[in-house]
Amino acid sequence: MSKLMSSLYGWVDERLGLEELVKFAKKKTVPQHQHSFWYYWGGISLFFFIVQSLTGLLLLVYYRPGPDAYESVRQITYEIQFGWLIRSAHAWSANLMVAAVFIHMFSVYFMKAYRYPREFGWWTGMVLLVLCLLFGFSGYLLPMDELSYFATKVGLEIPAALPAVGPWIANLFRGGLEVSEQTVQRFFALHVVLLPMLFIPFLFIHLWLVQKHGNATIPSEMEKPEYLRRSIPFFPNFLMKDLALWLIALNVMSLLASIFPWEIGEPADALKPAPTGIHPEWYYMSAFQMLKVLGNVFPGALGEGLGITIFTLGLILWFFIPLYDGKHENGVKARNATYFGLLALFILIATTAWGYMVL
Amino acid sequence: MNHSAEHSAEKIEGQEPLMSRRAFSQVLFTGVGMCYAAAIGYPVYQYLASPISKASEAAAVNQVSLPDANKLEKGSAMMFKFGAKPGILIHHADDTWVAMEAVCTHLACTVQYQAEQNRLFCACHGGVYDTRTGANVAGPPPKPLQAYKVTVEPTSVVVSKV
Repeated sequence: MSKLMSSLYGWVDERLGLEELVKFAKKKTVPQHQHSFWYYWGGISLFFFIVQSLTGLLLLVYYRPGPDAYESVRQITYEIQFGWLIRSAHAWSANLMVAAVFIHMFSVYFMKAYRYPREFGWWTGMVLLVLCLLFGFSGYLLPMDELSYFATKVGLEIPAALPAVGPWIANLFRGGLEVSEQTVQRFFALHVVLLPMLFIPFLFIHLWLVQKHGNATIPSEMEKPEYLRRSIPFFPNFLMKDLALWLIALNVMSLLASIFPWEIGEPADALKPAPTGIHPEWYYMSAFQMLKVLGNVFPGALGEGLGITIFTLGLILWFFIPLYDGKHENGVKARNATYFGLLALFILIATTAWGYMVL
Repeated sequence: MNHSAEHSAEKIEGQEPLMSRRAFSQVLFTGVGMCYAAAIGYPVYQYLASPISKASEAAAVNQVSLPDANKLEKGSAMMFKFGAKPGILIHHADDTWVAMEAVCTHLACTVQYQAEQNRLFCACHGGVYDTRTGANVAGPPPKPLQAYKVTVEPTSVVVSKV
């Protein structure tokens, strides 16, 4: 049996060069130090993306966009066997993915892994983050219940506030003047075709860059002489730990999905007032609260405009941080970048908490 | 260290261990892996198979009543739904009634009634059936069409399985 297997492996290896891959994976190492734990969050994000692809594919079997959207999601939730579980897994895994992506981003930021030569890793990561949030936004409308209806209405007010082109962009997203079945239909196209088509190539570039440059080590390790730095082989050591964490992620996601199944609300109704206590998903809460606060301080279009401007400015600074703090030096720039990161993290957490407190 | 632990265990029991450490963990991991595969595979299968049982229930029909079908003119035919499949009801010129499953026994296309040639014809591959018995008379069909029993009521036609 094993002789047959090894000759079969030999046959395949001769043609595909598997041994080269194994050799490459064995040569590759991952730094080992007290903050190594944070190296796993990119992998966890990837795991949730795979779960999203698979559960999304399954939902595609019964979901019908357009005027039938709500009814089809109701059927998936209440009539199709285990439909509730598939839908719940998709929704929970989406939230966990956003969380993992944020943890991954901040750990990369504070470990200064965006520095030379990994700038493009950071930039492709930022593109993936934006696409990930757009996945969340477009997917949220698809059940077309009350919450998704108002979330989309409110969300589209942000591009609508852009000077001159705003209303035009918002109408294009909505496919009309109001959120309707036209909107669901095009958000569906966005969610299942356009966004994956953009996301997957960027994901591959991102992963390829990690392969090419390897994991960055933290600045305090860089100061040590080479012989004092420790590392583990990528294959099989790091990969095994990676997979172990994937298993934990799978268990956490399955437990959440089955113990707290995702609900479906009342069908969207353009004539019904928004339910009290309505609020966006947690990953938009910070932006929501900031806009609300600025709107209170500066009433009218000024507050909204100011909020969007500050947001965009912050995002641009965040994006270009490798150009500011790109050298491996622990000087003023490195410290400033860290402070900027801490400030961003603080604002994000504080406004999110604030948003939930005043609900 | 692992080695000495294994050795001491052997000494205590005074015999060869039933299984090596490696074999034991292989069995364990395979078992756990299969449990996971089943725990994921079962709901996914049920999810995908969900509409099949409903469709089979709907298809389990022994008799259908066709209101006003008794007014069908002589020398013409009409299609009807028998469970999940199409059926064809023919009112012959001599006032006899015939009904059969309209699914070609060759590759399952739906057959049509051609009054001029007095035949049931399958356009897909040119199968021909007899309009009274459903017998396959020409072309590739291997079997006759399944015939139904027809009862003409005052306001309807009732078609039932033989």
